[in-house]
Amino acid sequence: MRGVRGVRVGALILALGLVVAACGGGDDEGGDAGTGGDTAEAKQVGVVYDIGGRGDQSFNDSAGAGLDAAKQEQGSKVEIKEIEPNADGSNRKELLDSLADEGYGLVFGIGFLFSEDIAKSATESPDTTFAVIDGFADSCLEKDQNLLCIGFKEEEGSFLVGAAAALKTESNTVGFVGGLEGDLIKKFQAGYEAGVKYIADQEGKQVKVLVDYAGNTPEAFRNPAKGKELALKQIGQGADVIYHASGGTGAGVISAAASKQVYAIGVDSDQSLTASEAERKWILTSMLKRVDNAVQQTIGAYVGGTVAGGIQTFGLKEGGIDYAQNEYNKELLGDIPTTLDELKQKIADGEIKVPDKPA
Amino acid sequence: MPEILVQLFGLATIASAIRAFVPLYLATLGGVFNERSGIVNIGIDGMMIFGTWFGAWGALQWGPVAGLLTAVAAGVAVAAIHGMATITFRVDHIVSGVAINILAIGMPRFLSIVAYGQGTQSPQVPSLPKIDLPGLGEQSIMVPVTVLLGFGAWFVLTRTIFGLRLRSAGENPRAAESLGVRVRGQRWAGVLISGGFAGLAGGYLSIELVGLYREGMNQGRGFIALAALILGNWSPIGAAFACLLFAWTEALTVFLRVDWINNAFIQSLPYIVTLVVLALFFRRVRPPKAVGQAYEAGSPV
Repeated sequence: MRGVRGVRVGALILALGLVVAACGGGDDEGGDAGTGGDTAEAKQVGVVYDIGGRGDQSFNDSAGAGLDAAKQEQGSKVEIKEIEPNADGSNRKELLDSLADEGYGLVFGIGFLFSEDIAKSATESPDTTFAVIDGFADSCLEKDQNLLCIGFKEEEGSFLVGAAAALKTESNTVGFVGGLEGDLIKKFQAGYEAGVKYIADQEGKQVKVLVDYAGNTPEAFRNPAKGKELALKQIGQGADVIYHASGGTGAGVISAAASKQVYAIGVDSDQSLTASEAERKWILTSMLKRVDNAVQQTIGAYVGGTVAGGIQTFGLKEGGIDYAQNEYNKELLGDIPTTLDELKQKIADGEIKVPDKPA
Repeated sequence: MPEILVQLFGLATIASAIRAFVPLYLATLGGVFNERSGIVNIGIDGMMIFGTWFGAWGALQWGPVAGLLTAVAAGVAVAAIHGMATITFRVDHIVSGVAINILAIGMPRFLSIVAYGQGTQSPQVPSLPKIDLPGLGEQSIMVPVTVLLGFGAWFVLTRTIFGLRLRSAGENPRAAESLGVRVRGQRWAGVLISGGFAGLAGGYLSIELVGLYREGMNQGRGFIALAALILGNWSPIGAAFACLLFAWTEALTVFLRVDWINNAFIQSLPYIVTLVVLALFFRRVRPPKAVGQAYEAGSPV
């Protein structure tokens, strides 16, 4: 008999463990931030942040800044509601659907993790226009549909930080650490290499670019130990500036760079802001995706009645790409921004064509 | 020296392999203790993950040494769940271990949100001072500590009464009991020691190797440790060689770059080598006889 009871209690403990694991954490739904304008006239915009919501000093915050700017710009013409998913992000689709059901005409999903869910939501709620930031779904390629895939010309931003690396390097060797080896991250590599070469040619010097990838599965984006080892190897081979396009793996790249006192370049958002004080000193700049500008412009198009499904790519010309300047890297950059701003203009004017595939 | 030899056996490669060796070997040592006592612990990976989280958290609160101790405590606490399930309630060892691994997916995310306000990463945490090993550059002070722990584990298992009793619980619990060995107590000891080692391995990873906690950073090392445990024939010395092999292949994914081998293949080397080596050697190894079997004092054979 004792055995049976034992098994039951054991099963209970395991079941409990599974439940806790499955829940992950409670729902923390963000409050709404309606503008309080005349709602009868106002166009309704819904935003679902990715996990964490505002305060992440990354995509969510950038999107939030875009919303604030849109409110300033449009005044009472828009009413905006912001919510965030639960801790494991399992209710992303529910939140998208609920906004569509409440009649929001434009619904954003912030981040590529929304890609799959938002494509389904778009099919189910044809009267709402959905927009996914930095995400992609096949349906964006089709005509006459209601999903807008908003992308960024990463190669253009990578060109800028590549130029910065070439201007900063003293050893004439710079590094690139990518996450998953594939077409997406190769865009970063291509732009970076082109930027390095542009400056090297201009200054009549040879700058070597060391290239490494952390793997060929999505795990390559969350392997900081590997990032650190790759960066240490490149530093051992002489690199004194390393650009990473590897998500969480980059934490190891930045850590290695700081410990060996060489420069790291961040990606997507301004990584100087999230780094510790000790590491901040060694973050030269970051390649920025200006999610705020993309969000603001898309809301503007929506209010103006011109928003539609499809693919829209924001580059330097559209203000969708930039490099990070902040109070921490001012001295590190020195007069580099003068050159970079010239390059920005040339890329925006089409004078420089940035490749999106490595040479 | 030809370039490929430098990539394969150069000092930088060896230094990298040593860094990778530490967490793998610590986790494997833990596995030796639980398996020799008769308990299968497939939850080592989960215990390591808890170690990475609590190690970083403890280091943030009280510094790196306390962080490592917090990681050990976390590993022991999670191991206590496994002990409760498998020894007290005699749940299937695999089922309990899997439950712990699943717990280790959700729980750290939850804890991160509570502690840091965001789910995937901790701030940078303080590390221990590095030591300079001749030729191998700066290494964590945990490297010599790990070697000492390996010898310590070998000594305890093979040269002490405690070790003999622990092994007897995993080989022939009935005979052990008839000689007055408290089988359940030995198994509890085996599981808790295992959790402590796994926690320490995780703590090394977050505090010493990387300097922060990041979700997913353990990268399945606990499962490689299980393979090293088998390849090392359930012995601390054998496990050391097995872990050196796996750590070296891990370093090769960083250093080996030749035109005639596809990089995707190089990146998969640790897993390919694990599979091949296990397939080749599995028949030559001998697991503890009573491992995985529930035991109740006084029950018929």
